[in-house]
Amino acid sequence: MPVAMPLPDDAVLKRRAEIVAALRSIVPGEGVIASDEAMRPYESDGLTAYRQLPMVVVLPETTAQVAGVLFYCHREGIKVVPRGAGTSLSGGALPLGDGVLLGVAKFNRIREIDFDNGVAVVEPGVTNLAVSQAVEHAGFYYAPDPSSQIACTIGGNVAENSGGVHCLKYGMTTNNVLGCELVLMTGEVLRLGGKHFDAAGYDLLGIVTGSEGLLGVVTEVTVRILKKPQTARAALIGFPSSEDAGDCVARIIGAGIIPGGMEMMDGPAIKATEDFVHAGYPLDVEALLIVELDGPGAEVDYLLERVQEIARSCRAVTCRVSNSEAERLLFWAGRKAAFPAVGRISPDYYCMDGTIPRAKLPLVLKRMRELSRHYGLRCVNVFHAGDGNLHPLILYDANKPGELERTEEFGADILRLCVEVGGVLTGEHGVGVEKRDLMPAMFTQTDLDQQQRLKCAFDDKGLLNPGKVFPTLHRCAELGRMHVHAGKVAFPDLPRF
Amino acid sequence: MSDPLKPRDGADVEAAIQWALAGGKTLEVAGRGTKRAIGRAAQWDATLDLSALSGVTLYEPEELVLSAKAGTPLAEIEALVAASKQQLAFEPMDYGPLLGAAPGGGTIGGAIAANLSGPRRIKAGAARDHFLGVSAVSGRGETFKSGGRVVKNVTGYDLCKLLAGSWGTLAAMTDVTVKTLPRAETEATMLVVKLDDAAARKAMAAAMGSYGDVSAAAHLPAAVAARIAATANAGAAVTALRLEGVAPSVAQRKTVLEAVLAPFGTLGALDEAASRTFWRAVKNVMPFAADGPSGTRDLWRISTVPAHGPDVGRRLAEQADAEILYDWAGGLIWVALPPSADANAALVRAAVAETGGHATLIRAPAAVRAAVAVFTPEPPPLAALTQRVRDSFDPNGLLNPGRMWAGV
Repeated sequence: MPVAMPLPDDAVLKRRAEIVAALRSIVPGEGVIASDEAMRPYESDGLTAYRQLPMVVVLPETTAQVAGVLFYCHREGIKVVPRGAGTSLSGGALPLGDGVLLGVAKFNRIREIDFDNGVAVVEPGVTNLAVSQAVEHAGFYYAPDPSSQIACTIGGNVAENSGGVHCLKYGMTTNNVLGCELVLMTGEVLRLGGKHFDAAGYDLLGIVTGSEGLLGVVTEVTVRILKKPQTARAALIGFPSSEDAGDCVARIIGAGIIPGGMEMMDGPAIKATEDFVHAGYPLDVEALLIVELDGPGAEVDYLLERVQEIARSCRAVTCRVSNSEAERLLFWAGRKAAFPAVGRISPDYYCMDGTIPRAKLPLVLKRMRELSRHYGLRCVNVFHAGDGNLHPLILYDANKPGELERTEEFGADILRLCVEVGGVLTGEHGVGVEKRDLMPAMFTQTDLDQQQRLKCAFDDKGLLNPGKVFPTLHRCAELGRMHVHAGKVAFPDLPRF
Repeated sequence: MSDPLKPRDGADVEAAIQWALAGGKTLEVAGRGTKRAIGRAAQWDATLDLSALSGVTLYEPEELVLSAKAGTPLAEIEALVAASKQQLAFEPMDYGPLLGAAPGGGTIGGAIAANLSGPRRIKAGAARDHFLGVSAVSGRGETFKSGGRVVKNVTGYDLCKLLAGSWGTLAAMTDVTVKTLPRAETEATMLVVKLDDAAARKAMAAAMGSYGDVSAAAHLPAAVAARIAATANAGAAVTALRLEGVAPSVAQRKTVLEAVLAPFGTLGALDEAASRTFWRAVKNVMPFAADGPSGTRDLWRISTVPAHGPDVGRRLAEQADAEILYDWAGGLIWVALPPSADANAALVRAAVAETGGHATLIRAPAAVRAAVAVFTPEPPPLAALTQRVRDSFDPNGLLNPGRMWAGV
């Protein structure tokens, strides 16, 4: 494993039997899993290159049990790794050999649907899609729709601040969550927000969302549910170059149109998906855009006309507009099957997730082609074009010696490139263990220290999901020190600027 | 109180805070000071005046992004993006008229520090939802950054969320990046007249749950509606629902809303120009402006569960001479109460506690704001976490101490 994790604590490992017994007294019955065989499904998340059996798995069912487990682990100095459905692509739920893996799978009830206030109150183990399904009979849905929505949980979505193809218009998880119940590592239970808007004091819900399980364990979430758009239609537009496609995206937004979804695929991605799902994608183009408009019929028809005009002015060579729901879904079928389609043309692939200012797309694609040649590895691109979120897929064969390592180096170069052009390391997959050691490419030590001080405010002993997000671990006491010496600062007297 | 410290750049801000650290001084962090009268009345050794950190440093309309120094006037930014047919979609309200200051005086940093929003909050979110990146100096005198200039970013903790609405108590922001969005081509407002508060809430909920895609929903009882030009001649309570978008869309949704609202009562409409004026008045709570008939009243801002808005309003009206304006489909309640020594804090807090949410005392004399909690008091474990979060940025408590809560 190329990423170093915190060293296991022998003193904790020696007490394993006692710890398992103590956890069984808090979570009775089948809620504590201690055999290697039964813990095997928990050894990795969606980033399967990293594997580690936890010391023990706990699946509590009540907030009191979560609080009990965390209180005990805090008192005894035992590390805890929270886990939703384990679909993370960044290793956020990678277990620790001397840690308790705390799964929220049994928190799987929808507690309340409140159409009057436009919210649903759900437990963290409820899947993303289940929320939409529970409200669709009344024409509502939950907007964030990560690709893994059939499996991923709301708890995991809050931890990762998950996005999806519609977040340019409808926002990410953080824009669609109003409240939560949070258990701190000490076992204290807090309520943040509720069915009303905005926090009373500091926006702690905003900081917990996207904190990758390092600040607390969420045991209940209040999400906004929205009226489903009345209609949705998509345009499938082919271009001779990615520059032209990028230009088209910029002009659509420049014209004041925010599509519900706007996805781009490059030549290799178009070919791989068309061979797989036969969606009717043109094969003689270098870039393909799916532009989806949603809303009232009159609006969608009107804007679709404008999008087609813009596409023509951007040298589009093909343009098809969906005239039925079946056709719209067919347009999407290829894009949604992009990952498995790539899986058919390569033994393994590695999915990256950087975000760039959109105008830099041609430059970034060119540099990625150079990197591809340099590393001798193929690369296929799918791209949330509206918000600049790239998903390059690097194709490799794990059975060829050295190829995984080369792939990881290639991936790291891509992410450094994203930062270099003004973008960021991760748009929606999270830092986890995967991008942890790249954090200094984007942040100074001062930036990281400030983030870690905030972590200390929630978790003074650093027991919750250590080894994730931050490249180096610090003790909270050490981070709290301040070096100020009277008379030695720049302006010993009252400064006048 | 000494002369203000007026830094010219981020390095000056660092030096100023390090000076305060070294000398054990406290600082008032201010942009142009237009919201100075909000918060607990507290004392500081000096003012850190960030107004010279001014200027838009990046604006790329096609990338939906704008960066500016924190002291840049909000009005300057709004004019700049309007020229590209864009807007700050969170529709930041202007506290000036409520507090007796000239309108249009605030800064972008102030808008974020107060987590401003407006009637469009229900659809587009608040400042927090559009705040992409920041550079700031902590109470440790260290410059740190968070976020970036792209809309989709989960790299590290989202410190922007925490700084939004922290009223300058965690760090002094020097540079900020926000999302810009296209301005709607046109808008119109549907009105229902003569509804009582409870019926108005039902009408707003029906509209919110329809395909109308409503971008603002407010209810003005008769006395309040009379103070806005666009609705004064109704002579009755007015419930208003805004539609924004391209013309064909607004037309279609108007038909949708007419059908949804017809059972509730007599309908009316405001055309584009009247709609814009009306919502500007609602956004800035003009019926309770400092120079108006309620100008000397204490003013509370309550965020509650929308369906319970009328319950909170009824309780307050039963027990005090309350004037009320409902926004956010009932979820935001502006309450103007006759002046009193404690601003009726116990009454307001009890009404909100019953339904969930929070209340902030926006306008009251300094003596009152020193005597009662201005922000909602937090239960012990949460208050302790708040204090630890504050300490993690500003361990010596030198930035705006006591502005949000006594001792914090």
